[in-house]
Amino acid sequence: MSNQIIQGILLGGYYALIACGLSFMFSVMRIINLAHGSLAVFAAFALWWLASRFHVSPFVGLLIVLPLMAAIGWALQRFLLERSARGGALLPILTTFGLAIVIDNMLFEQFGADTRSLAPYIGSLSYDSWEWPGSIYVGKLAVIMFATAVILLGGLQLFLTRTRLGRSIRATSEDPDTAGLVGVDARRANAIAAAIAMVTVGLAGAFLGMRATFDPYAGAPQLLFAFEAAVIGGAGSLWGTLVGGIVLALAQTLGAQVHPQGFLIGGHAVFLVVLFVRLSTSGLGLRGLLRLPSRSAS
Amino acid sequence: MSLLSVENLVVRHGLLQAVRGVSFTVQRGETLALVGANGAGKTTLLRAIAGAHQPAAGRVLLNGADLTSVPSHKRVGMGIALVPEGRKLFVQMTVEENLLLGKTAGRAGDWSVSKVLEMFPNLKPRRHAKTGHLSGGEQQATAIGRALMSNPDVLLLDEVSLGLSPLIVDRVYAALQGLIASGTTIVLVEQDLNRALSVSDRVICMLEGRVALEGPSNAVSRDDVTKAYFGLHRKSPGSVPA
Repeated sequence: MSNQIIQGILLGGYYALIACGLSFMFSVMRIINLAHGSLAVFAAFALWWLASRFHVSPFVGLLIVLPLMAAIGWALQRFLLERSARGGALLPILTTFGLAIVIDNMLFEQFGADTRSLAPYIGSLSYDSWEWPGSIYVGKLAVIMFATAVILLGGLQLFLTRTRLGRSIRATSEDPDTAGLVGVDARRANAIAAAIAMVTVGLAGAFLGMRATFDPYAGAPQLLFAFEAAVIGGAGSLWGTLVGGIVLALAQTLGAQVHPQGFLIGGHAVFLVVLFVRLSTSGLGLRGLLRLPSRSAS
Repeated sequence: MSLLSVENLVVRHGLLQAVRGVSFTVQRGETLALVGANGAGKTTLLRAIAGAHQPAAGRVLLNGADLTSVPSHKRVGMGIALVPEGRKLFVQMTVEENLLLGKTAGRAGDWSVSKVLEMFPNLKPRRHAKTGHLSGGEQQATAIGRALMSNPDVLLLDEVSLGLSPLIVDRVYAALQGLIASGTTIVLVEQDLNRALSVSDRVICMLEGRVALEGPSNAVSRDDVTKAYFGLHRKSPGSVPA
């Protein structure tokens, strides 16, 4: 059992990584990005293309892909999401849904339906492990993913609380109009936040490709896991995202022990229980579920 | 040259014309009080000067530079800071973080977190408290401090006494007197006529989006302002009451 718990916690690191961008984007821009999973798969394909075509290690490829993802995030916010957000809360959701379909089919058109993986390009890292006392095997890649998640979430936390830009992003997320009145360019803050969110998506896509296989339509399940982890942890809370990822992964890992189909069912069950409890206890409907901060100052 | 000039400003909220061709100037170091009943257009006028509302017509000039099409965040960098009605603090952030946000525009000047805390000593022990947990007076002090942190040329104050107990209002106004004495240029929207007249050099009374009365505070009687306030005494802009 302790082995399953450790594996579950480490898998939670991956879920936290993939949920981080979704949660960050929601908390700052109030946008639920349904293209989140597809963008992660896009990043995985970009790394795979660099590795298979130019023999670039996926870790080195991140030096190219992460700035590319940041640029995509900035452009998406400036030219697509910002405009669609003017049409109300529903329009950005529909826009990102459409974007996901475009990305999925573009990847299918370009790369076909074959499944791919980055595992062949990272040597033995995808299956190497350390043996701990009690015959517990801990995968090196899983530990790297977990450490990356903790460093990323901690770094984001420090960035948001200790830097002028981070404070500007938080102010914009609370009240964009008042942020403008204290000298914050809310458009710029949102575009930078989208760029940061896409960098985290790029990292998640890299680990998705290293730990498993992916195909052009692999985005939807990744989005589902990210959404579940974000909601369990409380969307908008960075450390809550890590907790949500770990809870989801533990439920899946322990569910798989009960029944071969229990992996997915266990995760969904915990998600639904948390959803039900949140809705029942908050008394605020969806606002309480998502832990939306109040926009009113007085 | 006037520090701030407002020329024939018209601001609409949809079909409602909230400000109807208002003009006035503010000299450096002057304190101008804008008074008027609810719905007279004072807050809309102040927000239009700060860039929160785009005017339908007219101009806003600071040191002769036309700011009319400049977005609000850039106006802060040019020297206009607004303390909005209802404080509008970032309640998920601490007092210190709110104050530091005022520095975003990056204007050079004397104001710092420690100077604001000296001005409002009651904020010192609350420095790391989230502003959502502060009392009304502490919130108002933080809002004023946040605006001062941008080292503004013109400080726009919207209803700073609203919702505060008389004792707290006294403290806020004592701090404002210090600012006025130091030469800060202030445009003050205030419902409390006595306080507005006591701290200002000049007063403008607005009625239904227009200037109903304008003159030096020491030459305008409370009775004149009260008549203009209720529309019993209309004067053209720029005139001093008899």
